[in-house]
Order: sequence, then C-alpha cells, then structure tokens
Amino acid sequence: MGTGTNRRVARTGISMLGVIVAFAILWEGYKLIWTALGWESPVRPDNRTMPHTWDIVLTLFQPAQRNGPPLILVEARAALLTLREAFVGFVFGGAFGFGLGVLFVRSRTSERAFMPYAVASQTVPILAIAPMVVVWGGRLDVPQWLTVSIIAAYLTFFPVAINTLRGLRSPQATALELMKSYASSPRETLWKLQVPAAMPYIFTALKVSAAASVIGAIVGELPAGFRGGLGRDLLQFSQQFTAAPEKLFAAVLIAGLAGMAFVGLVTLAEHRWVAAGRRQPTEWRAETGR
Amino acid sequence: MMPLVVEAYGVGKTFGSGSERTEALRGIDLQISTGDFVSLIGPSGCGKSTLLRLIGDLASPSEGALKVNGKSPGQARLDRDYGIVFQNATLLDWRTVQKNVELPLEIMDFPGTERPARARDMLDLVQLGAFAEHFPWQLSGGMQQRVAIARALAFRPSLLLMDEPFGALDEMTRELMQQEVLRLWEETDISVVFVTHSIPEAVFLSTRVVVMSPRPGRISHEIAVDLPRRRDDDTREQGRYFELITEVREALRRGEGNTT
Repeated sequence: MGTGTNRRVARTGISMLGVIVAFAILWEGYKLIWTALGWESPVRPDNRTMPHTWDIVLTLFQPAQRNGPPLILVEARAALLTLREAFVGFVFGGAFGFGLGVLFVRSRTSERAFMPYAVASQTVPILAIAPMVVVWGGRLDVPQWLTVSIIAAYLTFFPVAINTLRGLRSPQATALELMKSYASSPRETLWKLQVPAAMPYIFTALKVSAAASVIGAIVGELPAGFRGGLGRDLLQFSQQFTAAPEKLFAAVLIAGLAGMAFVGLVTLAEHRWVAAGRRQPTEWRAETGR
Repeated sequence: MMPLVVEAYGVGKTFGSGSERTEALRGIDLQISTGDFVSLIGPSGCGKSTLLRLIGDLASPSEGALKVNGKSPGQARLDRDYGIVFQNATLLDWRTVQKNVELPLEIMDFPGTERPARARDMLDLVQLGAFAEHFPWQLSGGMQQRVAIARALAFRPSLLLMDEPFGALDEMTRELMQQEVLRLWEETDISVVFVTHSIPEAVFLSTRVVVMSPRPGRISHEIAVDLPRRRDDDTREQGRYFELITEVREALRRGEGNTT
C-alpha cells in the first residue's frame, strides 16, 4: 500500500468526520427549533427522546456500571467479539456464496434447481432462522459464538452468490471463444478469465455482505443468549431507554462504527486486489468499440 | 504443390430449424495452401465470419468435409494450430500488455522461464516493446489490436485467423496495421485467413481474394492477386492494384445480383 492509499484513507476519514459534525449540528438544531416553537412531531425534541449529542459522547466515557470501566471500553470489547463472529460468518458465507456462483455458472441445471431456494432462503426472516440454528447448534455442542457466525453466514452468502454468478458471466462471448481457441480447460477458463472478470462484482457483494454479517451477528447473539457482544447490550439498553436513552444511542454509535470498520477493511482489500479503473462492475469495456 | 492448411469440400452451415432455419453457408469448396494470405470478402450475411469460425472450430459445419492442417478442425484447435484475432481486441484488462501476451503461453503450459522472453519478442515484433507494463485501457485502439496480434502469434501457430481485425480502426491506423500484418506474414511464413468488408484492404493484403455472396452464403468468385509479394505504400498507387479493386468490386456486384 503506497502513500496514495494513505492519502485516500485520510481523505475518507476527514469527509466522514465532516458528516458526523454536520449530523450533530442538524440534531441539535432540530432540538433547539422544535423546543422553541413547541413542536412535537415527528419526534419530540426533549432529552428523553433525543438526548444531547454531547451527553451521548459523555456517556461513552462514564463507567457503564458502578466503579466499572467506561462504557466505550465495554462496548469496544463487545464490538470486537461481535466482529469476530461476523468475520467468521462472512468468510464462511462468502466462500459458500462464491462456490454457489461457480456451481451455477458451470451447470444451468443446478442453477435452475437451487436458485429458487437460495432466493427463498433470503425471504425467511433471520429472526425465524436464528432460534433454530441456536437449538441445533446446542444439540451438536457447537460453541455459542460459532452458532452466531452461522447465522451471520446465512445473511452473507446470497449477495456473494448472485454477484459471483453475474461476474462470472460478464466476459464477452469473444473472450470465451479466445479461451476455446487456446483449447483451455474449463478450470483454466474459470481461473484465468471468469474469476478475475468477476472480482469487481464480488467485491461489491462483499461490501454488502460485510455490513450484513455484522447485523447477522448482532441479531444472532440474542436467541443464542450470547453475553459480552453488542447484541445483548443493545437489547439491554433499549429496555433501559426511558431511564438512560443516551446509552442506547452510544451503543448504536459503536455498532455503526464496527460495521463501517469492517466494510472499510473490505474496501482496502478491494483497492489492493482490483486494479484501478475496474472497481465498478461496469460492462466489459469493448476495447476498440464499434 | 504446397501442402494445404485448409480444405473445404461442400461445406454448409445451417442455424436453427423450422421457420427459424437460416442457411448461413452452402457448398463451400476452398483450398488454402501453406503461406497463402486469403481474404474472405462479401456483404453482411454472406457467412464469411461463419466460415472463419468453422475453420477455428468455434462452430461446426452442418454438412460437407472440412480439414485444417489435414485434421478435423476440432483436432487442429486442440493441437493449437491456429491463432485468432477478433474485431475487438478482447484483452483482459486486469493484465498488463505483457501478461496478456503470456496468457496463451500459460494455458499451453510453456515453461515459466520461457514465457516472458517469448512475450517480449512478440511485443517487439509488433513494435510495442515499450508498452509491456501498460494496461490495455492505456493504449489506443490500434495498439490494443497489435497486442491482440502479438498474443495470437505468441505460440507460433501455423495459421492466423483474423475476423475483421481492423474494422473499428480509423483509416490511417488501418493502413499502418495492414503494413504491420504483411510484415509479420513475410517474417513468419504463416498462413492467414482474413475476413474483411474492405475491398482495398483485401486486395492490398492478399495473395487470393475469395468473394462471397449472401442468402445462402457461398463463394461466388476467387481472384488471384498477382501483385508482387512485397507490398508498400507504392503498391496502393499502382495501376494493377486499382484494376484488381475494380475486379473484386464487380465480382461483388455480380454476386449480389444472382440471389437464389
């Protein structure tokens, strides 16, 4: 990674900070104006419903429990645990999705047979699937965190499968004929032509999946009764919302940052492995045009 | 008599069936000797590209006998007897120019130590040695097409198939590329089958022009080009060159006329 990447990361960081500041100003501005005019919709501007931004930030640095470490440390640790589950799920789901994409492009029959079920799997709410996975995982003595990862993987594989398939089909007919003229084996055509051509598509899916895997991990932690992750804390803080709303907002902030960090890592990997100018899955550039 | 690289006897090709049935080629008889430069010319729909694809085993004939280097086209393809260049360069844009030329060498299991040198030789041959580390999108259309030619020749096939390779290039680039191909042809004693729309291009490049006519696609005339083998810009100003152009044009017009 060269200085170009560093500069890009720095620039991204600055723009992101700008958005946070702008959002905080809007938030406080809303509170100020709505309070002054006595408006109550769509959201009441009081501190119970919309705590001050500085209170949210301050909460992060106050002990979560009496004499305990500050909330930010507790939540950072929770985020790391959740991210680990999400990452393992992301890797499994990504690999499975890629495998499905390859299978589908190799065999139309398998695509016709399995694709409807792959689609159907995504219409079943994760809230319904998660408890089943937890129960089965418990029977099989699968570690709790791995159960959560499986739930994360469930949300991950589909975008990867769909985009892998699309990407593998993206080379022009002449590119495939070129490979045929070399008497290339299907395996070589896959690895030398189709997979590289699919990389921009796959990375687009991986970014979606990275975010989805974090959601999957958070949601998966709840039925699994997994303690120490973000899911449990989010649930707990939402139950305490009326008493201490800023805690929930603080935890949401951390969860959001965790997801962004994950997507950011995938983006870095993309910059590393996909050459500039190919990152958007545009249609195959016709070199000479017509 | 030179050995034949391509022999076609009564070759036909039909696409689809029933009311969708189209006869793309009928009764093609064609012999191409080693070292020949044969152009296939004709209006759209005359099956010239289809014929090229049959020779390359990218499609199969519906009838007749077709041999490439004395073998079935399929066997010739498996033996890597021919290189092909399409109208668009079809370079892999995640590979450098050098790596694009190495692609067929990788697939054909050339030793890893030999590939870079061979690719570099080919790039020098098409005068792109200085662009080895560039990516395809950094090159002009003509340069990309030269890379495609280098790639097609990298594994030293005995036959080069070209499907309207310069169709998308401007006139100036096109003439330069024609010179380039002639130079390569002279230097490598390869046989070339060249599909084109352009009458001057066909005459300038070929030892023989095969004129085709449509519906169904068939060979209507064959014109031997009796210009000296070494050709340059002066060739384009010779009287005989213009006579041949007229001859091909008339053959094309007559072919259009007798629609069956």
